[in-house]
Amino acid sequence: MRYLVRRVGFLLVALWAALTLNFLIPRLMPGNPAESMMAKFHGHVNPAAIKALEVAFGINNHQSLISSYFEYINNTLHGNLGLSLSYFPIPVSTVIMRALPWSLGLVGVSTILGFVIGTALGAVAAWRRGGLLDSVLPPVFIVISAFPYFWIGLLSVWFFALTLGWFPILGGYTETATVTWSFSFVGDILWHAVLPAFTILLTSIGGWILTMRNNMITVVAEDYVKMARAKGLKPRRILWQYAGRNALLPNLTGFAMSLGFVISGAILVEYVFNYPGLGFTLLQAVQNEDYPLMQSLFLLITVAVLVAIFISDIATALLDPRTRSSS
Amino acid sequence: MRFLSSLGGALARASKFIRRDKKAAAGSIILFVLLLITAFPSWFAPDNPSAEIYTPGVGLSWSHLLGTTSFGQDVFSQLIVGTRQSVMIALIVGLLSTILSVGIGITAAYSGGMVDDALSLITDVVLVIPTFPLIIVITAYLKAASFWLMVFVLVITGWSYGARQLRVQALSLRNRDYLLAAKARGESSWYVICVELIPPMTSLIVANFLSSALYAVLMAAGLQFVGLGNINTESWGTMLYWAQNNEALSIGLPLWALAPGVAIAILGSALALLNYAFDEIANPALRPVSARRLKKAEA
Repeated sequence: MRYLVRRVGFLLVALWAALTLNFLIPRLMPGNPAESMMAKFHGHVNPAAIKALEVAFGINNHQSLISSYFEYINNTLHGNLGLSLSYFPIPVSTVIMRALPWSLGLVGVSTILGFVIGTALGAVAAWRRGGLLDSVLPPVFIVISAFPYFWIGLLSVWFFALTLGWFPILGGYTETATVTWSFSFVGDILWHAVLPAFTILLTSIGGWILTMRNNMITVVAEDYVKMARAKGLKPRRILWQYAGRNALLPNLTGFAMSLGFVISGAILVEYVFNYPGLGFTLLQAVQNEDYPLMQSLFLLITVAVLVAIFISDIATALLDPRTRSSS
Repeated sequence: MRFLSSLGGALARASKFIRRDKKAAAGSIILFVLLLITAFPSWFAPDNPSAEIYTPGVGLSWSHLLGTTSFGQDVFSQLIVGTRQSVMIALIVGLLSTILSVGIGITAAYSGGMVDDALSLITDVVLVIPTFPLIIVITAYLKAASFWLMVFVLVITGWSYGARQLRVQALSLRNRDYLLAAKARGESSWYVICVELIPPMTSLIVANFLSSALYAVLMAAGLQFVGLGNINTESWGTMLYWAQNNEALSIGLPLWALAPGVAIAILGSALALLNYAFDEIANPALRPVSARRLKKAEA
C-alpha cells in the first residue's frame, strides 16, 4: 500500500514537472512565436491565429506569469490545448486524435512485441550458456544498437521497398484507397505497417535480449534453480517457471526506464516512413512552426510515457512481493 | 601521490585487459583510427567536402570511393571531414554528463537524508521525461542548434541514468569498513570521496562515459537528420539530412544516405564494444564461456 502511494506520488510529481516544463520552455526561449509567425507571413496572417497564439503563450495580455501559469494548468487539465496554426482553425486536440491511433497501433504493438520476443530470446540464450543463441545474439545486437534507429529504416526502405519492391515506400495507407472497415483496407494498413514495425522491432529488441540474458545468468546460479534440477524437473519448466519468472522482474523495470528511448526512436522511424502518427506530426509541427501543436504533442508523449511507467511499476509490485514489503 | 600510483595501476590493468579481451581490443582500435581522422582529416580526405565541382550523382569509382552527391560533392571526403563533429560530440557530451552524473549521484549517496531524497527525486523525474521530444521542442525554438547548444541540451537531458546507477553503487560502498576508517582518521569529505569512494567505482564511471557518448552520437545524428542541427556544417547527421531531402534513395544514390549511417554505427559500435567489455570487468559472471569449458565444469 505504501509502495502504491509512493508511486502515485511520483507520477503526480513527474506530471507536474512535465506540465511546468511545457509552460516554461516557450517563455524562457529567445524569440516570440507570435512575432516569428508575423515575420514569416509578412503580416498577412489570420488575426484569429495570432490571437490564439497570444492566448496560448501569454503574449501581450499583461497577465502576470503566475496567473497565466494557473490559467494554463486549468486549460490543459480541461483538454483545451488551443488551435493548431498549420491546420487553422482546427483545435490541436482534433489533430492529435487523428494521429494517435496510428502511433498506438504501430509503436505500441511493435514495442510490446519486441519486449516479449526479446525477453524470451534472452532467457533461452542464458539457459544454453555458450550455445548458438548465446554466442551469436549479443555481439549482433551490440552492433545493431549502435546504428541510428532511423537509419535502419532508411536501409529497409532502400532494400525492401525500392530495390525489391515488396512493400510501399511511405505512408500509413494507400492515398487513393477508400477509408472503410473492409478487409482490403485493413490489409492495406497492415501492409504499410510492416517495414516501420520491423524497424522498431529490430532496434528495440536487442536491449531486452541483453538485459534478460544478464539477469538470467545471475538467477540460474541461484540455489533454488539447482534444487529444481536436483528434483529432476523438466528443463523447460525450470527455465520458464523457476528462473525466467524471477529474471523477468528487473527487465520489467527496465522496460519503464527505456520506454522514453524507444519512443525517441519511433518518432524518427515515423518520420522516415512519413507514417501519420504522433512523431511525424510533431516534426511536421516543428517545420511549420506550429507551436501550440508541438507543445501539446510533447506533453501528450510525456504523459503517455509516464502512465506506461506507472503501469509497469504496478505490475512489478503485483508480481514481486519484495517491492511491496520493502521501501 | 597515492592517486597517481593508483591511476598508473589502473592504466596498466586497462592495457592488459585490452590485450586479452577481443571486444575491448576491437573497440579501442576503431576509436583510435577515428581519433586520428578527427585530428588530421586532411591526411585522409582527398577533396574539399563542400566543393560542388564534380559530376553530380555518380556511383562508386576509384576517383570517388563512395560516389558523389547530387550537388557534385565527394561523399567520401564529406564522410571523413564529418568525423570530427560526431567524435567531438561523443567525447564532450560523454565527459560533461559523466561529471554531472558523478557529482549528483555521489553527493546524493554520500550526504543521505533530505539532500539524497531531493536529488533522487530530481534524477528520477529527469530520467522518465522522454528526452528526444524535449530536445526537439527546445531546438525548435532556437532554430538551428549550434554545436555548443547541442552539447548543452544533450548534457542536461543525458546525465540522469548514470547518476542513478552511481548513487546505488556509492550507497552500497558507503558503510564499508575502509570508508568508516578513513572518516574515523579525520579525513575531509573531499579526501574520502576522491580517494576512497570513487576509485572502486572506476569501471562503472567509465561504462557511464561510454554509454553517454553513444547516446550523444545517436541523438545528435537524429536531430541533424530532421534538420534541427546547423545544416551548413559538415557532419554525418547533416549528410543524412541533405541525402534525405534530395531523395538520395529514390534517385539511385543510396551510398549518399547509407554511408553516413554506417560511419555513425562504426563509432557507436566502438563505444558499445568497449562498454560491453567494461560490463564484463564489473561483473565477471557475464564473461563469455566456451561450451566445452562449461561441460567440463558440470561433469
